[in-house]
Amino acid sequence: MASRVDTPNISDLVAAQLRGGRRDPLGSAFQGLLLFALLISLLILVVLLFDVVGDGISVLTDRGGDFLRGRLSVVTATNAGVGQAIVGTLLLTVIVVVVSFPLGIAAAVYLEEFAEDTRFNRFINVNIRNLAGVPSIVYGLLGLAIFVKLLVGFTGGRTILAGGLTLAVLVLPIVIITASEALRAVPASIREAGYGVGATRWEVIRSHVLPSAAPGILTGTVLSLSRAIGETAPLLLVGAVTGFLATGGASIYEQIYGRYTALPVVIFRWASLPSSDFRALTSAAIIVLLALTLTANAVAIILRNRYERKW
Amino acid sequence: MTADRAIDIEALAGDPKRRRKEGVIYRGFQLAAGLSIVISAAIVFSLLGEALVFLSRVDLSQIFAGGWFPRRGQFGIATIVAGTMVVTVVGMLVAAPLGLGAAIYLSEYANPRVRRLLKPILEILAGIPSVVIGFFALTWISPEIVQRFLDGATAFNLAAAGIGVGILVTPLVASVAEDALRSVPLSLREASVGMGARKRTTTVRIVVPAAVSGIMAAFIIGISRAIGETMVVALAAGGTGGSAFTLDPSGPGQTMTAAMTALAIGSEQVRGTDGTFQSLFFIGLLLFFMTLVLNVLSERFVRKVRQKY
Repeated sequence: MASRVDTPNISDLVAAQLRGGRRDPLGSAFQGLLLFALLISLLILVVLLFDVVGDGISVLTDRGGDFLRGRLSVVTATNAGVGQAIVGTLLLTVIVVVVSFPLGIAAAVYLEEFAEDTRFNRFINVNIRNLAGVPSIVYGLLGLAIFVKLLVGFTGGRTILAGGLTLAVLVLPIVIITASEALRAVPASIREAGYGVGATRWEVIRSHVLPSAAPGILTGTVLSLSRAIGETAPLLLVGAVTGFLATGGASIYEQIYGRYTALPVVIFRWASLPSSDFRALTSAAIIVLLALTLTANAVAIILRNRYERKW
Repeated sequence: MTADRAIDIEALAGDPKRRRKEGVIYRGFQLAAGLSIVISAAIVFSLLGEALVFLSRVDLSQIFAGGWFPRRGQFGIATIVAGTMVVTVVGMLVAAPLGLGAAIYLSEYANPRVRRLLKPILEILAGIPSVVIGFFALTWISPEIVQRFLDGATAFNLAAAGIGVGILVTPLVASVAEDALRSVPLSLREASVGMGARKRTTTVRIVVPAAVSGIMAAFIIGISRAIGETMVVALAAGGTGGSAFTLDPSGPGQTMTAAMTALAIGSEQVRGTDGTFQSLFFIGLLLFFMTLVLNVLSERFVRKVRQKY
């Protein structure tokens, strides 16, 4: 029969009937507007990258190695470079990793695995959340008062050690919060299985909880590292060098107890120079900095996508 | 086996050496967590100490001076607070619609595949260091946007700094707001659609109102971050030497954080009048309490959402 041929269209007809035969142009406009809000962020990102790369790539292609190894200068743009800044940023990163990662993960393990719901522990939790919201420049003041002035005997004043410790304190709350989230995602059944065969709390944590939470913890810590790499304001306060820097000593000891500079600090200094010679240089330094932070972020996102587990 | 070898409590408690180790580890981890309290106390005391020195050394009438010129001994707090407010308002005018729009799209409209594709945009934007956004605000936003649309805008201006801060805050607002929207139970949406409401009606009339305290939290946390943002204003607002009181976004101005940066860089070369260095800590204390109040407030709102669902 002829009507049999029409059967596939019936569902469409029913759908149209249910819709009341009306379209919703306002609804589509609304959805378009929302997508537009998101795409503006993409547009900003693209314009920013084009602007910076367009300005700075010539410096990297013309005198790449020379620029990457060159010394800090705010006088002559032709031989200024970011060598000292890269070394400074890498050393700061090492100090942050060594200090804040073990402390942060230990604090997270305490809060998630050991702590009972007491007033003291709740206070620690609230306190960490608030610390994460303290502006970074205030951490700079903390570093200036504590690490540069009060503990001058240990840090030697305006040294890279003082700068690194300041950044470590700055990212500590972020490390704790992200590590806590990763630990919380581990299901209770895994712990119960451990207790069931007679393991103590620490044994369960070490052999089951931490390995299960490791990818999540790693993602969070890499993200906080990228934050530390890009921080500028606190370093300005605790005495990163912005003008001339004599290259520090050769030994590790002399490096740690020497004056220093870092990539974001150099970018800030060059960007605030009125001379247009330094504009391309600033963009080139930004490319180097973005290469570092965006790599760290990409690693974190890939790690998360690869190891993210749904329990 | 005989009955008198029944297991007693002692045996169940296990090896004392193992228990001691457990106790030591517990203490160690507790110390690490307790360190956060030491840090908070250190922040408050170091700020408070120097801020009090500032107040005792400086002629108090200078705090209400008509401008912020630390080298001339004028510490007009109102000037830098006003600058901060202008930047924050401009920043939120950018970040609130962009962040909320992105959050609603990602939570309500994007299917999982689109979401996986679009979400990283915000994550990458969040990973751009603030000093880079500051350079962008100075070299691109100021000439291409602000000077084009605001007549007579100077190269350094508060509007460009505000837009830069807004870009910086957008991912944060989006992520907190999206969390709030996603925590609205599916049953509410199903009920609304079941009544015959359109997607748009469901979103605007049901989902957004249900998540309103979380969205408020997102805005408040955005404001708090905007107030504390330093590098963008230090580069683009142009208040290095100080500034008279101004509320004009098209001209240069000084914010609390930019004033601190200027003082910090100058602290090695120019000592200025007595109390200049300590004024750094006074502003820091003010900034600390302003952001603390906002953070506590937003935490309240977030908790409200969690309790509800």
